[in-house]
Amino acid sequence: MDFVISIMEQGLIYGILALGVYITYKILDFPDLTVDGSFPLGGAVTAFLLTRGANPYLSLFAAFLAGALAGVCTGLIHVKCRVRDLLSGIIMMTALWTINLYIAGTANVPLFSQETIFKNGILEKVFPEGLQPYSTLLIIIILMLISKFLLDAYLQTKSGYLLRAVGDNATLVISLAKDQGNVKIVGLALANGLVSLAGSIFCQEERVFEISMGTGAIVIGLASVIIGTSIFRKFTMLKATSAVITGSVIYKACVAIALQNFEPQAMKLITAVLFLVILIVGMERRKKVKTDAGA
Amino acid sequence: MLELKNVYKYYNPDTVNEMCLFRDFNLKVEKGEFVSVVGSNGSGKTSMLNIICGSIPVESGQICIGDKDITREKEYRRNERIGRVYQNPAIGTCPSMSILENMSLADNKGKVYGFRRGTNKTRISYYQELLARLNLGLEDKLEVKVGALSGGQRQAMALLMSTMTPIEFLILDEHTAALDPKTAELIMELTDKIVKEKHLTTIMVTHNLRYAMEYGSRLLMMHQGEVILDKKGTEKSSMTVEDVLGLFNEISIECGN
Repeated sequence: MDFVISIMEQGLIYGILALGVYITYKILDFPDLTVDGSFPLGGAVTAFLLTRGANPYLSLFAAFLAGALAGVCTGLIHVKCRVRDLLSGIIMMTALWTINLYIAGTANVPLFSQETIFKNGILEKVFPEGLQPYSTLLIIIILMLISKFLLDAYLQTKSGYLLRAVGDNATLVISLAKDQGNVKIVGLALANGLVSLAGSIFCQEERVFEISMGTGAIVIGLASVIIGTSIFRKFTMLKATSAVITGSVIYKACVAIALQNFEPQAMKLITAVLFLVILIVGMERRKKVKTDAGA
Repeated sequence: MLELKNVYKYYNPDTVNEMCLFRDFNLKVEKGEFVSVVGSNGSGKTSMLNIICGSIPVESGQICIGDKDITREKEYRRNERIGRVYQNPAIGTCPSMSILENMSLADNKGKVYGFRRGTNKTRISYYQELLARLNLGLEDKLEVKVGALSGGQRQAMALLMSTMTPIEFLILDEHTAALDPKTAELIMELTDKIVKEKHLTTIMVTHNLRYAMEYGSRLLMMHQGEVILDKKGTEKSSMTVEDVLGLFNEISIECGN
């Protein structure tokens, strides 16, 4: 049971990260490596605030805003300085490593004694005794649902329509008399805001900030998005956002199961192999067409 | 009124491949005119449209709408008053969004794209009415993704979408070239209807000489960055496809093809 709960917790937190990656990778068609930096950025901001006694709920908003700012920077580098999308992300990712260190103070900030969104005075009163073991999971589910529904709602607004249009056909956005660069910047801000929010939740759940927590975050995000969208391609009733979050849980489950049979050192290799398998399986297979049809 | 004054346009400037397309190019299009532009490949037709819309910069010269100089204005700003349909039907619509979502997007041109609902439910019947005029049955497929439509259907939508909101200029860049003859005819008739209804100042580039003769109030023929034929009103209507084709052959022989 603990095993399942832990997978769910991790999967859903990374599900919020996957929502962000979904925006850049699927909607904007922008390979955004900023994620590897904006995920720990959320953690760093949270560590900074919590160690100074700030309200843990406030840290969620602060982390979102910080991530959004990082996204805006990536966008400005790409749009205004005309740097290629991949490189813009790499530049920001590299810069954020140092910025995160400055914000957090050190490479490792334990948060065991601080109040977090999972452990504070109010929660202990609100949650009945029997539900305590599940309180962390429940809070994560609530945060995940809020993020998902807000994103769904946003994608149905006029601004959301424009965001979906820009990745699809940037010329159309220009035809609609809107600057496509600005729309991309908005998308990157939103995406990295979500990623950073996930980072904040992750570091409160783990009760520690680690500078290296973001390494490979983009891989997890991409894998989740690809698993989710390719498994549920046939289910048109299921929203892409739900599919992506489910994909993240499936991915975490696969990694957890694999790790039970291998040593922890094998982690990265398992991740890489798993990602490759997902990519190959997820590829749209072309139906064989008879070339001599009609002849 | 739209005016190009003393426009110079070079391709690959400062390299060995430098090519001067426009040298002191001038063009004046009066309000309400429907200009058909013909000419061989590389004669500068599409470049002219791109210069008007701001898709490519010019080396020198002025582009004016009325008394206002828009030479420095960004492409997306100019599009507030310009609607454009491209040769490729894919460029005028969003493939991964539904017909309804595409119409809603176009309907909001010139306004703020904020946090209001993307689709205004009260406008749906109006969209259906517009789509019904196309006679393509699109009004019953509002939830279908535009990517699933045929080229002709998409081009018809692109035309509708680009002329939905109040604009002054309509730029048509060989917009029937990728379509089959029957669909092309349909799109051309629809174009004429919309242009007349909305009194749009229109510039249409086409390789179809018959369309160029049949539609529009003015005919331009371009060759190597210059206007070599410019006929208006009765002068134009007295010309035949054969006359234009003759002239076309003449310039082609000069070029050696």
